[in-house]
Amino acid sequence: MGKMATREAYGRALAEFGVDERVVVLDADLSKSTFTVTFKKVFPERHFNMGIAEGNMMSVAAGMATCGKIAFASTFAIFAAERALEQVRNSACYPNLNVKVCATHAGITVGEDGASHQCVEDLAIMRAIPNMHVVSPCDGASARAVIRAAMDTPGPFYVRLGRLAVEDVYGAYGDEISFTLGKANTLREGTDVTLIGIGLMVQQSLKAAEILAQEGISARVIDMHTLKPIDVETIVKASKETGAIVTAEEHNIIGGLGGAVAEVLSENAPCILRRVGVKDIFGQSGKPEELLVLYHLMPEDIVKAAHEAIAARK
Amino acid sequence: MDKITEKRLKLFAANMRKMIIEGVFQAQSGHPGGSLSCTDILAYLYGERLHVDPCDTANPDRDRFVLSKGHCAPALYAALTLRGFFASCEIGGLRSCGAMLQGHPCMTETPGVDMSTGSLGQGIAASVGMAMMGKLDKKDYRVFSILGDGELQEGEVWEAQMAAAHYKLDNLTAFIDNNGLQIDGPTSEVMNLGSIPAKVAAFGWHVIEIDGHDLQQIENAVHEAENVKGQPTMIVAHTHKGKGVSFMEDQAQWHGAAPKQDQYDAAMIELNAAIAALEV
Ligand SMILES: Cc1ncc(C[n+]2csc(CCOP(=O)(O)OP(=O)(O)O)c2C)c(N)n1
Ligand SMILES: [Mg+2]
Repeated sequence: MGKMATREAYGRALAEFGVDERVVVLDADLSKSTFTVTFKKVFPERHFNMGIAEGNMMSVAAGMATCGKIAFASTFAIFAAERALEQVRNSACYPNLNVKVCATHAGITVGEDGASHQCVEDLAIMRAIPNMHVVSPCDGASARAVIRAAMDTPGPFYVRLGRLAVEDVYGAYGDEISFTLGKANTLREGTDVTLIGIGLMVQQSLKAAEILAQEGISARVIDMHTLKPIDVETIVKASKETGAIVTAEEHNIIGGLGGAVAEVLSENAPCILRRVGVKDIFGQSGKPEELLVLYHLMPEDIVKAAHEAIAARK
Repeated sequence: MDKITEKRLKLFAANMRKMIIEGVFQAQSGHPGGSLSCTDILAYLYGERLHVDPCDTANPDRDRFVLSKGHCAPALYAALTLRGFFASCEIGGLRSCGAMLQGHPCMTETPGVDMSTGSLGQGIAASVGMAMMGKLDKKDYRVFSILGDGELQEGEVWEAQMAAAHYKLDNLTAFIDNNGLQIDGPTSEVMNLGSIPAKVAAFGWHVIEIDGHDLQQIENAVHEAENVKGQPTMIVAHTHKGKGVSFMEDQAQWHGAAPKQDQYDAAMIELNAAIAALEV
């Protein structure tokens, strides 16, 4: 199975879909890390380095969008979603402009840079802004599909991307996959419990389902790539059919995927829910793989939560 | 500066450089380029100037230092080590799980760190807050900060400078580590800053330009700043990124890359030779 970081797929998708001349790309002195440099190599005249000035970059992108452009603005998630938050809200979302905020290095798998750079709040924050679409692909093939969808869907987007190379779930970059914005993908059928993942926690959920299968527990696995608008139907169906749900995200358990699923469940089809995620604490420096263990984001942690959810249901 | 002091500070700086390379090599991660360019400034501050006490890190009267360009934490950690804030073995754990030395300065983890930084532009603003409270509380402490030249692109830096001039913070001295490089290349190509001294002066600061690797010039500038009344001082320090490790000097690619074994060996030979030359 191949591996690719979603940020790398993002850069390739920009270079591929950038033949559309409406596409302009902005970066804030991180073009090699965000991979917008891949686009720059092909379309240098439509790539703009705005320097280390993220707030300005977002409003500039909004201005470009008013001129009929599709403006992709990239930096690390911590700076895109949080430093430039109010510009994203008031310059891009309020006027409902075609600004696609593509944020890389989200979550704790940023690794050695440590807590100051490990963004575990962006899903919650971005989700709360009217007009905003919030999407987070789990692999290279789906990242490509997400960028295509973001281009084809008018309005502001927040696309959450990772630093770490992750295993292919849908296939290799470039494979045509079945992807509909706002429609979650059920990757594995199951009847005893449902595991809903986002980003690289989709891979962890699939591994958890394997472990559960060995124990005789049938786990459904859902890739909730679109956090907003959220797929109510698929969540309600999972609640009714399995009666126990575990969410898994590389994000604070407050307000992100777990929060969004809890909202849907409590209004439509309450069932037992367990949230796997960062437990409302800051991260720290370390190797990404070690941090996943330390912060309880491993398949085993999802398995444990599944056991708890099933026990609580009975 | 007398010869003995100068030699002592040069050794302090040379040992800092070794620790920076050691830490980044062990972690296989981190920012050597900008750490090496601000080393001499930090060597002067921690080796000579700052009134700080490793045994009394929360003393309200102590001088303050804020590394606004927080990614250069290895340089700060090296200076704090040599000043006696913690053991020299800590640098070997830089950036690893559970370590005291985080990738970016963390005031709740590391003794001697006065402010958590890492998001560019915020440290200088925190320095302004510290200097304002020095005035309010009628304290004699001084506040020092180091900014990157790329960092100046953040609007917050200029908001902070405006506030510092407005509140006449003559107890605040900031350095710009003017090494001409940021991540994506030369600052002049990524986002041209124009004349930095003219811009800072226009914001109401007293401006001094120096060679940021010349300890005597660093000391003269700091003394000059202490005698300025009613204005904060910006010391625009012309520096070389990667200073002291010849293959890293003035190379943008060494901004955030760790040396491999052979590069580490080569760097150590060069740095050890520099120390040996000072010790004769
Ligand atoms: C707000 C913010 N945006 C982006 C970054 C990522 N980043 C880290 S270092 C750096 C370049 C800094 O260049 P400069 O200030 O010149 O530092 P130096 O050359 O001294 O290393 C960037 C963009 C950051 N740390 N903070
Ligand atoms: Mg610089």
